[in-house]
Amino acid sequence: MTPLGGYLLVAALLFAIGLAGALTRRNAILVLIGIELMLNAANLNLIAFWRFSPHPEALTGMMFAIFSIAVAAAEAAVGLGLVISIYRHARTTDLDKMNRMKG
Amino acid sequence: MSEKADQIFILLKDWLVSFLPAGWQHVAGVLLCVVMIVAVYPGLFALAVLLERKGLGRMQNRLGPNRVGPFGLFQPIADGIKSLTKEDIVPLRADKVVHFLAPVMLVVAVFMGFAVLPMGRNMVLVDLDASLLFFFAMGASTEISIFMAGWSSRNKYSLLGAMRAVAQMISYEVPLLLSSVAIVMMTGSLSLVKIVEAQNQYTWGLPHWYVFTPWGFAGFVIFVIASMAETNRSPFDLPEGESELVAGYFTEYSGFKFALFFLGEYVGMFGISGLGVTLFLGGWSSPLAVLNVVPSWMWFFSKVMVWICFFIWVRGTLPRLRQDQLMNFAWKFVLPLTLLNLVVAAVWRFMGEGWLRWVVCSAVLIVVYAGAGLSEMRRKKFGPRSYRYAE
Amino acid sequence: MSVAFWLIAALTVAGALAAVLLKNLVHCALAVTAAFLGLALMFLELDAQFAGFAQILVYIGAVAILVVFAILLTRGSETPEKEIGVFSRTWLAGLIVAAAVFAVLGWAVLQSAAGLPHEAAVPAVSVQQIGQALMGQYVLPLEIVALLLTAATIGAVIVAMHEKGDAQ
Repeated sequence: MTPLGGYLLVAALLFAIGLAGALTRRNAILVLIGIELMLNAANLNLIAFWRFSPHPEALTGMMFAIFSIAVAAAEAAVGLGLVISIYRHARTTDLDKMNRMKG
Repeated sequence: MSEKADQIFILLKDWLVSFLPAGWQHVAGVLLCVVMIVAVYPGLFALAVLLERKGLGRMQNRLGPNRVGPFGLFQPIADGIKSLTKEDIVPLRADKVVHFLAPVMLVVAVFMGFAVLPMGRNMVLVDLDASLLFFFAMGASTEISIFMAGWSSRNKYSLLGAMRAVAQMISYEVPLLLSSVAIVMMTGSLSLVKIVEAQNQYTWGLPHWYVFTPWGFAGFVIFVIASMAETNRSPFDLPEGESELVAGYFTEYSGFKFALFFLGEYVGMFGISGLGVTLFLGGWSSPLAVLNVVPSWMWFFSKVMVWICFFIWVRGTLPRLRQDQLMNFAWKFVLPLTLLNLVVAAVWRFMGEGWLRWVVCSAVLIVVYAGAGLSEMRRKKFGPRSYRYAE
Repeated sequence: MSVAFWLIAALTVAGALAAVLLKNLVHCALAVTAAFLGLALMFLELDAQFAGFAQILVYIGAVAILVVFAILLTRGSETPEKEIGVFSRTWLAGLIVAAAVFAVLGWAVLQSAAGLPHEAAVPAVSVQQIGQALMGQYVLPLEIVALLLTAATIGAVIVAMHEKGDAQ
């Protein structure tokens, strides 16, 4: 198992754990936590591939990861704002209870 | 001779490490530096606590502690013994693991910041390329520990204090970072060592400290305000306001954990003062070229102590800001001024050498700052006070 | 592979597992903060210092605080009722999907293990190079991200704002 393979496996494991969290938990905030874990796993993949690439001075992987961090932070802010707004309306964050389109 | 005094700690470390085999020397050197930092700053903390209590006492027209030792000089020792021997009470419904980890995390985060501060010529523990970013990352980690402290106590007052403290810290983080971005722009590097070296030049005997430039002075003012808010110091100490929230987020802490919080707060103050000194006041460089005989680390620590005395002075002088006044101040007043400071710094850089850029930049900054300040004051009507009594 | 890698990987995976398995939401938020820290350490292990410190500053210093505030504002810290539990009704399907995804990704990595590079020289990347790349080749993404962040800020404020006539 090469070092790169090790990092990729850890990233795959983190992605799967994040996906499991996003799909199996009731609370909307934990779904968002799962999404953040998935984004982090993708970042790890990017940086690992950048590190072991033949031309790391092109900085492509690092740039991609930095922009991904910025976008993920913005998306977390909007997502959590949405969760707070939905809580104010439905008085719950339980996703199993929000199974109607009617407001 | 002054060269040796300047490098005395480096020479001492090299001499001590030379007793070990060659493979271990680097690690042992680093460990020795870490031990020095962990030993020196709590000592300075004791001095600062004493200064604060005596200084505040004098400003409030009373003597500070004066029983323990001559002029109360051994008061920190008494305080230390008290904190260590007090019973450690943990509330029954408190979350034990988080309650325990919160002060630990705070102390670890604030001590990590010292790894990148250049405390003298060649006296920086780690010379990173992005050391300023590292320092701010460590500062951001303290917010989580404050939240952990407030939430784990299962106490409404602690939680309220913690939320206020975190909201205040994230609000003032932005002006803090932006005012240092102007410095980074001028130096062209995020490395604190390079920033100090760029300020270590002298023209006609006066140093090139960034605080002596118009944008640097404005940035310095903003940095001082933001650093006071980041460390929850008066006048921004509503989260730990004694008259409102008992003790805020560390209400339920007693004994050694409280001492750790206290230590973390003061050492955090030292850290951010050290950063401010490095960014604006020239770090370890001396004010006049002739005073280079005094060792560089002595200059660094004296500047940090002057900054701490200024903090204590402000604490004893200004009244506390309310939470909404504090947040308004951050977002509507300090942040636009910081952005303007950044623009003025850019204008300075591109105008080239000469007297014109001094005049232009100073004029812009003075007009806007004074104008903004006066407009803020004019909005509030200060008349004679009216009293309302309960019927 | 070095001991450091295994330790950091263990911390990250443990944090992530705790984040999706624990009952108390605030514990989950703190566990995911530990996972973020582990990831930052991995970035540092991969010689990406700027990305590592940016990860700590942004994720631990901002996203974790956001999550914690959202939990507090939506009363998530109260314990859920015993009969409902914390996992959704369809938890088995979610678990199977996640396991399948991991199986596919893991198989792909192990399958191509022969072609992965073993050693690579440490890239000497300085912050100045990153700055020049951001202002040179990547200036368009930088401006777009700036616009995106502005839109996200305004959007988040509007979405979470109290509507007129709402009970406070």
